Amino acid sequence: MELLSLLRGRTFRRGVEAPEYKELTAGQPIRRLPFAPRLVLPLDQHFGDPARALVRKGQEVVRGEPVAEAQGPRSVPIHAPVTGVVEDVELMPTARGPKSRAVILRTAPGDSQAVRWSRPCDPERLGTAELIEAVQRTGLVGQGGAAFPTHLKLSIPDGHAVDTLVVNGCECEPYLTTDHRIMLEQPALVLAGVRLAMQTVGAERTLIGVEDNKPDAIAALRGQIGADEPITVRAVKSKYPQGSEKMLIKTLLGREVPSGGLPFHVGVVVNNAGTLAQLGHLLPRGEGLIERVVTVSGPGVDRPGNYRVPIGTPLRAILEAVGYREDDPSRIILGGPMMGNTVASLDVPITKGVSGLLVMPQAAEEVVASSQPCIRCGRCLEACPVGLNPAELGRLAANRQYQAMEERFNLNDCFECGCCSYVCPSNIPLVQYFRIAKALNRERKS
Amino acid sequence: MTPPRIEIKSSPHIKRAGSVEQIMRTVVVALLPVCAFSVYHFGLSALALMATTTLACVLTEQLFNRLSGRGSTLGDYSTVITGLLLALTLPPGFPLWMAAVTGFVGVALGKALFGGLGFNPFNPALIGRAFAAAAFPQAISTWTEAGHPARFTELLPSTLTAPFTTPAPVDAYTAATPLGQWKFQGAELQAWELFTGMTPGSAGETSALLILLCGLFMVARGAMNWRIPAAILASAFLTAAAFYAADPGHFPTPWAVLFSGGLMLGAVFMASDMVGSPVTPAGVWLYGLLIGFLAIIIRFFGGQPEGVMYAILLGNAASPLIEQITQPRPYGKRKGRGA
Ligand code: SF4
Ligand code: SF4
Repeated sequence: MELLSLLRGRTFRRGVEAPEYKELTAGQPIRRLPFAPRLVLPLDQHFGDPARALVRKGQEVVRGEPVAEAQGPRSVPIHAPVTGVVEDVELMPTARGPKSRAVILRTAPGDSQAVRWSRPCDPERLGTAELIEAVQRTGLVGQGGAAFPTHLKLSIPDGHAVDTLVVNGCECEPYLTTDHRIMLEQPALVLAGVRLAMQTVGAERTLIGVEDNKPDAIAALRGQIGADEPITVRAVKSKYPQGSEKMLIKTLLGREVPSGGLPFHVGVVVNNAGTLAQLGHLLPRGEGLIERVVTVSGPGVDRPGNYRVPIGTPLRAILEAVGYREDDPSRIILGGPMMGNTVASLDVPITKGVSGLLVMPQAAEEVVASSQPCIRCGRCLEACPVGLNPAELGRLAANRQYQAMEERFNLNDCFECGCCSYVCPSNIPLVQYFRIAKALNRERKS
Repeated sequence: MTPPRIEIKSSPHIKRAGSVEQIMRTVVVALLPVCAFSVYHFGLSALALMATTTLACVLTEQLFNRLSGRGSTLGDYSTVITGLLLALTLPPGFPLWMAAVTGFVGVALGKALFGGLGFNPFNPALIGRAFAAAAFPQAISTWTEAGHPARFTELLPSTLTAPFTTPAPVDAYTAATPLGQWKFQGAELQAWELFTGMTPGSAGETSALLILLCGLFMVARGAMNWRIPAAILASAFLTAAAFYAADPGHFPTPWAVLFSGGLMLGAVFMASDMVGSPVTPAGVWLYGLLIGFLAIIIRFFGGQPEGVMYAILLGNAASPLIEQITQPRPYGKRKGRGA
């Protein structure tokens, strides 16, 4: 089976087949929640340089208006997700840590909350540089979790050429169904984004990879593709981490991005389906990214679903709206259960890159899970999609040989997907070890 | 400010079911039918032998845990497995006092001194067995006939040999193993009888069929890497087939080789022990092929009729080297670089 899928370009090697838990929300249409009374917009919520605030305390803003500007090319602006008043610009707890500079908005009560700011443009008449600038103005960043500015992804350095745009519609993390619903409900927007991205990077063709557990989304996308368009939707095997950029490139094209390299080194640009739907919506209208779809799910949530949420909405407002169990100790996870981060406070806001909000009460079996010595079962090696030796890395980490991990066992190729920890019968927190080792190595070098 | 009920943890936040205890417990369950079959064949003596080795192994482990200040490790069942496996590699009439010493040596030298489960380069049961072969050469090559009529009412005379004495050979009970007969008397091996297990032998080296079934159970429960026994059996079969093709008059048929002696038990239950085998997927194959080949060479050309245990110990010893040459190639790195 595995070999067959490998040969047919339907999957990559290794990885894990985890229970998906997607049935909780996959059938739930995207819905809006009431606007929260107060929003927190961290200026460093994207990868790269933070934005610079444009507003002062007490200033009135309208929905869609920029409240912070990009600080240089490796940054994006931030737009007001509601019409209201700037309460303050100060340090706030965010998912990144206890203190990030943030614009705090107080929502105007009773307002219709229509978008009141835009700079429409006709993308067909724009050249590459102007397109990239227009993309940057939307404040768009990767919607799949990394929050990498989209205009940077679409900028191909001189001397490199891109032949293929890969669209990532895998959504391989358990629980998450935002991209699924977006592809199903807004296939035309996804395709509009695809065409804009192709135009920007000069790709000859597009491959859309969707995991085969979403046949309805595959059909919806196929229905939007013109007969002579060089765009193909490919069903790929449902296996974690199919949606990691490098794995998907391997699956669809058989190419391997060189270690330490980026997709354009093999002529590819990858964008997430949800990101392209935003691009298709925002760019022609000249609007900014002010809301996104978030899957709110997990055993601790009363009404799991896919919700359209203004950026900056505190987690507490969302969880109160959907109902959640407050009794047991829980993990509040931003993102999926394999790679997402726990947060320390419900005052933390939803940011541009957050695709999931999960409430996972401590499961019974995890209570006993203290870690034991490695029994050398080899499961982590059979699971690591990168082809590393997590058992050996773990042993070296326990002996504090962090440098050997990097130099002899390719620590830096680990992208912290979590497969090794997921399968380890000895419950060794391998990924945690690797994060610490990487951080210490970075510190040593600087 | 932080409500105390929120947990901060590193991802991943879900885990596949399955723990070390579960794996080890499955192995114990898989061993039970083999043990039962052995008791059925050899009677009370086999039962007493298993109880003795298991107890000796468990007590030794506890003793060392106490000495080194570690907590109890009884929960991981691995020592029970060592005890049972050890009993299965010994002749059913093996004196109990020798069995107790063998169990102690196996766990003490083979496991505890290396730091316990996960750190032992060799299979502790095989360390014990190798020790017994050196220390008690006569007792360990005295085999009993299977299915003796009085086996459920009396112990074999040698079982209760007084400590620090060697049992006197009692001809009424002893019988040569099929491999011994082939090696020393030139008798032919009967593949079918060996497969079903109605032959003399050590307590567990009898029914190949039963061992295979138990192995399948472990594979189905995810407690064993099927590639190891598969590689061992394939390599043993091919090696034996090559010899058989060269001189069919002298060498037994490859089928008989596959089903005789401890090959099946060793391949399914001992070589597959995770701790002593390589962690790399390619290394696992290499390890199995090496053991299968060595087992046949030792069996055909060594001084003893049985070679599997030494082959596995050699395989264990070669594991680190095998691992070194079979490191996986990371994504995006060309062969020969990195690693
Ligand atoms: S977390 Fe790193 S080492 Fe572990 S499976 Fe993923 S890439 Fe491999
Ligand atoms: S999965 Fe865990 S126990 Fe198994 S080899 Fe890897 S680190 Fe060791």
